[in-house]
Amino acid sequence: MNRKDTPTIFEQSVPGRKGYSFPPLEEVFSSPEPLVPREYARSKAPELPEVCEVDVIRHFTGLSRKNYGVDDGFYPLGSCTMKYNPKINENVCRLPGFTALHPLQPAESVQGALEMLYELASMLAEITGMEALSLNPAAGAHGELTGLYIIKAYHRKQGDHQRKVMLVPDSAHGTNPASATVAGFETREIPSNSRGNVDIAKLREAVGPDTAGLMLTNPNTLGLFEEEILEIAAIVHQAGGLLYYDGANANAIVGRVRPGDMGFDVLHLNLHKTFSTPHGGGGPGSGPVGVSKKLEPFLPTPVVCKKGDLYVLDEERPDSIGRIRSFQGNFGVLIRAYAYLRTLGAEGLKEVSGNAVLNANYLASLLGKTFELSHSDRLCKHEFVVSAKKQKDAHHVTALDLAKGLIDQGYHPPTIYFPLIVEEALMMEPTETEGKETLDRFAAVMEELARKAASPEGAKGLHEAPRNTPVTRLDETQAARKPVLRWQRQNS
Amino acid sequence: MHYIPNTPEQQREMLQRVGVSSVEDLFGDIPEKALLQKSLELPKSLSEPELLCHMEHLASQNENLRDYTCFLGAGAYDHFVPLVIDHLLSREEFFTSYTPYQPEMSQGTLQAIFEYQTMICELTGMEVSNASMYDGATALAEAAVMACSVQKRNKILFPRSVDPQYRKVLATYATNRDIELVELPFEGGQVREETLEAALDDHTAAVLLQSPNFFGVLEKISPLAELAHKKGALCIVSTDLLALGLLEAPGNQGADLVTGNGQSAGNDLLFGGPHFGFFAATQKLMRKMPGRIAGETVDKKGRRGYVLTLQAREQHIRREKATSNICSNHNLNIIAAAIYCSLLGPRGFREMASQCQSKALYTRKKLLETGKFTPLFEAPFFREFALKSREKIEDCNERLREGHIIGGYDLSRNYPELGQAWLVAVTEKRSPEEIARFVNIAAGGDSHES
Repeated sequence: MNRKDTPTIFEQSVPGRKGYSFPPLEEVFSSPEPLVPREYARSKAPELPEVCEVDVIRHFTGLSRKNYGVDDGFYPLGSCTMKYNPKINENVCRLPGFTALHPLQPAESVQGALEMLYELASMLAEITGMEALSLNPAAGAHGELTGLYIIKAYHRKQGDHQRKVMLVPDSAHGTNPASATVAGFETREIPSNSRGNVDIAKLREAVGPDTAGLMLTNPNTLGLFEEEILEIAAIVHQAGGLLYYDGANANAIVGRVRPGDMGFDVLHLNLHKTFSTPHGGGGPGSGPVGVSKKLEPFLPTPVVCKKGDLYVLDEERPDSIGRIRSFQGNFGVLIRAYAYLRTLGAEGLKEVSGNAVLNANYLASLLGKTFELSHSDRLCKHEFVVSAKKQKDAHHVTALDLAKGLIDQGYHPPTIYFPLIVEEALMMEPTETEGKETLDRFAAVMEELARKAASPEGAKGLHEAPRNTPVTRLDETQAARKPVLRWQRQNS
Repeated sequence: MHYIPNTPEQQREMLQRVGVSSVEDLFGDIPEKALLQKSLELPKSLSEPELLCHMEHLASQNENLRDYTCFLGAGAYDHFVPLVIDHLLSREEFFTSYTPYQPEMSQGTLQAIFEYQTMICELTGMEVSNASMYDGATALAEAAVMACSVQKRNKILFPRSVDPQYRKVLATYATNRDIELVELPFEGGQVREETLEAALDDHTAAVLLQSPNFFGVLEKISPLAELAHKKGALCIVSTDLLALGLLEAPGNQGADLVTGNGQSAGNDLLFGGPHFGFFAATQKLMRKMPGRIAGETVDKKGRRGYVLTLQAREQHIRREKATSNICSNHNLNIIAAAIYCSLLGPRGFREMASQCQSKALYTRKKLLETGKFTPLFEAPFFREFALKSREKIEDCNERLREGHIIGGYDLSRNYPELGQAWLVAVTEKRSPEEIARFVNIAAGGDSHES
């Protein structure tokens, strides 16, 4: 990793430098008139850096070397499915026949693009057991919002205006309650039972005529399959609610069990998780939404359809929730997911979930000796949670300290302090694209960190970790109290 | 190819360690009734050369803008993307990393966001920027929702000249949050002060303006913003990033929130996405903003570093009380924009915007000279302009397509009241020859002559 201080691009500015070359403006275009009337014209030039191409390349290459990606090594970030991003997908999504398409070109001129979208939606419908999918949502959270709008529109259409409550288990991802609020629902939390699953008795008490639905991820954030899913579905449906599947954890089940067959009415998938599209340091992602037959009329517009031999974008859908973004989805991401599915096929997908779950259980069995597993009596699915409570109580070494210690050993840490229902949680998702020896080495490193934690010097070292990084632990309190959100000349 | 390293032998060892006899046993807690009893019906798996061939075939079924000349805009623009950008975005450390939750090993992404935020502030004339939204439409909808929550009012005013797709997205968000939307008419392509004044009341949370608007026409922001403020409403301006090379920064015209589409700065058209939306605000509204924000701080040794900050607004901390449910940004797209802004600098940005505008002015003049078109509006515009046509736009565009030209947007799709009206966009990429051919075919010339 690049440990040199990197001045901002603004601090590298040299007046007069430039990094672009345009063809000169031809004589025919010159005009004595001002380009825009003075009252609309810019009064002060923006202070952008003045740098040349070499400066730009060195600067951003230098920055990239202060990052850590999946190509650098193991990235067991729970619920994020940091699997390998196949390189061929990067090639195919850069074909000019895809990148150089205007989103509003006539359908007849983009039949290849529309065919790809149509086929991708069909494949995802088969994988999830849903009737139809919209590929429009730009991210998982955007998909959630879309799915919840669909639930709302459905109840509205039924004349069921009192259904204002969205049930969310206490183990849910934070986006679930946030999306529910943004979609205009009240959230009600359902506690987990001792097996880490939804407490059925509490669920029965919570449902009623005000229930709009239940949002569930299965396997849940403890990595545990909701064994009573069919019962849960029946309870919610009997109460008149709909069942929402948060697809963040779909990597555990692809090719083995389908949300549609478990009774889910609407779902979102994260193509940047289960379907291998790169995360890009936070985006762009893609969060397709799937629905059962009765919810299909409510899908957002446009919907890719086939009319005779022609693929078209259908906008005329009277019951649709409407548009949720411009144009028709994060196409660049969708191409990669399509290519991935065409590479894997049905058997490949089954191997994905099989190996993802095998890797998680194997790693859990290795770590269970040293760390407290959240539910050691059960098999996990694609991820599991260990607690550093033992280490904290005995040696004041926390989950955060262990995470920072891992960074110094060249690993990206697991998700920490989530789910909220486990103290000092470290949530680990190895994914299927890691081999046994990687897991063995990682477990050995974790054990070594635990040994370190037990000695006063070792613990001190962990409190000071990481040291092999461009910066050590950063003062987040100062950042929030006195926010500096842009570079300013006086800072330099 | 399945990208799975474990060999059957290793799998056996691992299963043994776990204490089960087969991979299927790992799924034993799934109710049998739900278990998939068949193999998924998916197309057969393709090898690398087969997949390449298949994808090239699909790509070849599209009329792409390397073979076709584009005069279509309407919210997405055919600008040149400097080649340096893809080289840098292809650095795996940028594209295979996650959201920067562990700042010590994500300083590259965080500093790039910080620099991007600075550039957005400079271009928009605003004090703070977030790390981006999905696109211009969702950025505007989030701004409207935010305005209602900040102002504790529920009415949003906007002219009908705002991008129809943006208005549709706004409607979707508004219906589900009990926000009242009031669409104002335009006159001569612009919203009039009298129109806005008459519509403003004590329930108005914000006035949304788009400039350049869907017709490419520039709005008179300052007096409109002043009217909004007088009634205690916010002024939200949606704009285009590249347009700001030539146009006054909305921040200098009284905007409280500035959003817009950033595709024009360094991002491929890609059939509509991913692009990105920018979102900038005044200092006063900083803590109410949606989305990720990077901030500067120091490490234990006093060295400068960057973190995601003001996270008390966000879903993973606040859950149902978060300001928005957004948890990502369009990070690669904004790194592209930051690289683009760096390459161009202040002079390049101005030159780029000027070239587009010079070529648009010229093309409009030439089209009018043919006598087949008349101006729809006389108001000033940027890069894109609307004309009335005697011929059906569909027919004109079809003739252009035969001549390998993607014609302008048919405004009758969204504005039947305008009759046969055409929205033409001209970017810096268009040469005098391309424009001459375009004008000739549009005027009725033979599409097969070169």
